[in-house]
Amino acid sequence: MGRYVLRRLLQLIPVFLGTTFLIYALVWAIPQDPFSGKCGQRPCDPSYIAEMSAKLNLNDPLLIQYFKYLGNLLTGDFGTTFNGVSVGEQISTSWPITFKLGIIAVIIEALIGIIAGVLTGLRKQGFLDNLVLVSTLFLISLPVFVTGFVLRLYLGPQGFDIMDTSVSTDPTIGELILPGFVLGSLSMAYVARLTRTSIVENRRSDYVRTAIAKGQPQTRVVGIHLLRNSLIPVITFLGTDLGSLMGGAIVTEGVFNINGIGGLIFRGIQEKEGVMVTGIVTLLVLVYLLASLLVDLLYAVLDPRIRYE
Amino acid sequence: MSRSRVAWVALPVALAMTLSACGGGGGSSTAGGKEDPDGTVSIYGTEPKSTLFPANTTEAGGGKITDALFTRLVGYKPEDGATFNLAAESIESSDAKVYKIKLKPGQKFHDGTDVKAKNFVDAWNYAAYAPNAQQAGSFMAPIEGYKDVHPADEAAKPAKDKMSGLKVVSDTEFEVTLSAPNSVFPIMIGYQPFAPLPDAFFADPKAFEAKPIGNGPMKFVSRTPNALIKLERFDDYKLEDKVHFKTLDVKIYSSQETAYQDLVAGKLDFMEALPPSAKVGEKYKADLGDQVLNANLLSQSAIALPYYIPAFKDNVKLRQAISMAINREQITKTVLAGSYVPSDGWVSPGIKGYRKGICGEYCTYNPEKAKQLFQESGFTGKLTIQSNQDGGRKEPLEAACNSIKQALGVECEFVGATNFGAFRQIVDGKQLTGMSRSDWSADYPSIENFLNPLYRTGGSSNDSNYSNPAVDALLEKADGTANPDEAIKLYQQAEDLIAKDMPSIPTWNEKGIGARSKNLLAAKLTFTRDAELAAFRVKAKS
Repeated sequence: MGRYVLRRLLQLIPVFLGTTFLIYALVWAIPQDPFSGKCGQRPCDPSYIAEMSAKLNLNDPLLIQYFKYLGNLLTGDFGTTFNGVSVGEQISTSWPITFKLGIIAVIIEALIGIIAGVLTGLRKQGFLDNLVLVSTLFLISLPVFVTGFVLRLYLGPQGFDIMDTSVSTDPTIGELILPGFVLGSLSMAYVARLTRTSIVENRRSDYVRTAIAKGQPQTRVVGIHLLRNSLIPVITFLGTDLGSLMGGAIVTEGVFNINGIGGLIFRGIQEKEGVMVTGIVTLLVLVYLLASLLVDLLYAVLDPRIRYE
Repeated sequence: MSRSRVAWVALPVALAMTLSACGGGGGSSTAGGKEDPDGTVSIYGTEPKSTLFPANTTEAGGGKITDALFTRLVGYKPEDGATFNLAAESIESSDAKVYKIKLKPGQKFHDGTDVKAKNFVDAWNYAAYAPNAQQAGSFMAPIEGYKDVHPADEAAKPAKDKMSGLKVVSDTEFEVTLSAPNSVFPIMIGYQPFAPLPDAFFADPKAFEAKPIGNGPMKFVSRTPNALIKLERFDDYKLEDKVHFKTLDVKIYSSQETAYQDLVAGKLDFMEALPPSAKVGEKYKADLGDQVLNANLLSQSAIALPYYIPAFKDNVKLRQAISMAINREQITKTVLAGSYVPSDGWVSPGIKGYRKGICGEYCTYNPEKAKQLFQESGFTGKLTIQSNQDGGRKEPLEAACNSIKQALGVECEFVGATNFGAFRQIVDGKQLTGMSRSDWSADYPSIENFLNPLYRTGGSSNDSNYSNPAVDALLEKADGTANPDEAIKLYQQAEDLIAKDMPSIPTWNEKGIGARSKNLLAAKLTFTRDAELAAFRVKAKS
């Protein structure tokens, strides 16, 4: 087990190098002059362009640029954006907020999704099953921004007045619950359906029949034998979802004005600020890798047949 | 400079021109209640795109910060943008070439040092010196010796780092010599790059970048990138545009819609523009009532017909036909939801020197005459209008295209670029393949600024590549005329010539629509689409 984890961690190094280079090259290849439009309705002054290009190493060939960037990164310097604010500082203010939001969204979607999935899986074709089926279909068909706007309208000051229209600069967990719900709503529907299918399949399996035949109480049959084995696909989904929720929360962040990672990436791409995009995406890649490692380890916990050596 | 940027994300405006100083164009509103002189005001903001140096800030996000932090020699009056002295006690010149400038005594920077003549001279030299790479450095170009510090050839090393035209006479006096007479110079110096910089800036620019020190009505407190910039009243500030509240929170929003919701809910106190969704059916009037603020903006929207496209070159009849085929009245009322008014000339209304109906019948919708002119023009093929398609730019131009299509019976298509940067790359590279959006908002309130950059040969924003020696000569003569009224007459003559050639088709002028929250007793929107902070009053919490 320890060796397995170590091996997986060592694999992070080549993946880290590969992704940073790939992202850097991709941003570099965006066919737009970073200075066009930066100075408004007239072109930028040539001396401004020359100085900024030299400062940001924009004149070097791609590989040299990349290695200069990597060198700085290893000393903890993420670079600076055009407005002179260090990328490290921007990430360190946004990252905790996005992380909190992502975790809250995953918890909400897991909790509600799994409970709904189990209940419907056990009572197939019943009223509850149909209700969940219809409501998840509804959630899946709604784009996230619609969910966000609608909830804000009805729960905000113009509706029931139980939430604010946007979160504060440094949002608390309480403030993030609603945005987290909006963010996780789509995946919640998937989790519910995934759990349901898995439960329905496994209900007829041998080990469940054995457990019932042994005379174990229903809660134990469902909670320990059935659910644990049915959760494997769900956990896989949740693990990868954590990463995409963090990087892909651009819309939700916009609706609730959350100063998060998604907005930073979006702005970075628009302004063609390679250092910003690369820095954040690198972090997201690390989150993906660690989350999938965690998922793999959880497999062993859930299914005793799986062993790592 | 750019009002065009993207309405959602960054409200255009440009610049900085701004004035908080006094300026406002008008829109103010007041309500009853007790005033809290130490209250907090929160205003809508976007993340600054450059460092917070006055000469390096040419967009709205950073401009509203540096505007409050730095006071220039003059400010602009609300009604017609007329200048009045702020930091300056007097600005005198007999020939529009040499200006003697005297400062009001007793002014302080936020770090307690005195504002001296040398601070202005040093700051202007810094802005102009090419290796300092200040975005707005080219505004120093009229000063004598600019070419020595900022050679036209970008690779050349500047011969000097000081302009010969700037001379400190005493602590409160300095003299500016221009390379050619320029009647607009006393107006230009109200613009942001002409702000003074304290000695602390030159000692340690890096530290200044993190915590700017200005001479304006507000001082810098703290900044959380992408979230909040906090300013506070500078109690030693004595000039007439001082503020009547204590703290200013500039809240950074990624979406105007969300900011609008916050404003309606009273979580945000001021927005200088409203999102498209609030303008639909004039919803904002129902939401906000007397909290709506209006102002005349110094902006001009037009459609440019580049001269480097063979079909457009010297084809005045085609230009007139297209112009007469656009139903401005209807488009501004419907598609633009009343937030624009039809334009009838090349200069924004509300500015000194504007004359009504310069464009005359050629800017009036007349499909029959348009069709006749179009047939005489001999144009065949398809028309296109290029623009960035975000920020609500697409819809009105599509409507214009439809109007042209119906009136002239010619194919017309909107060609969108993904964003402002991509669009400007096409325009600046002279790679337009048809007509293009050509919007302008003035850097400083002068008729000159609507003509020189746009229609003079080689002008910095001459999108249609227009060149008429007679226009150039008139503009040059006007620039060199010391008497402001005489100069305006010459500028108007130039506009008349432009009207004959129609290098671009005036379409509409934007009206400034902003709003304040119910937490404020009074607020004001300026003609540069900025908050007139001096007019803000906070309601005391009972």
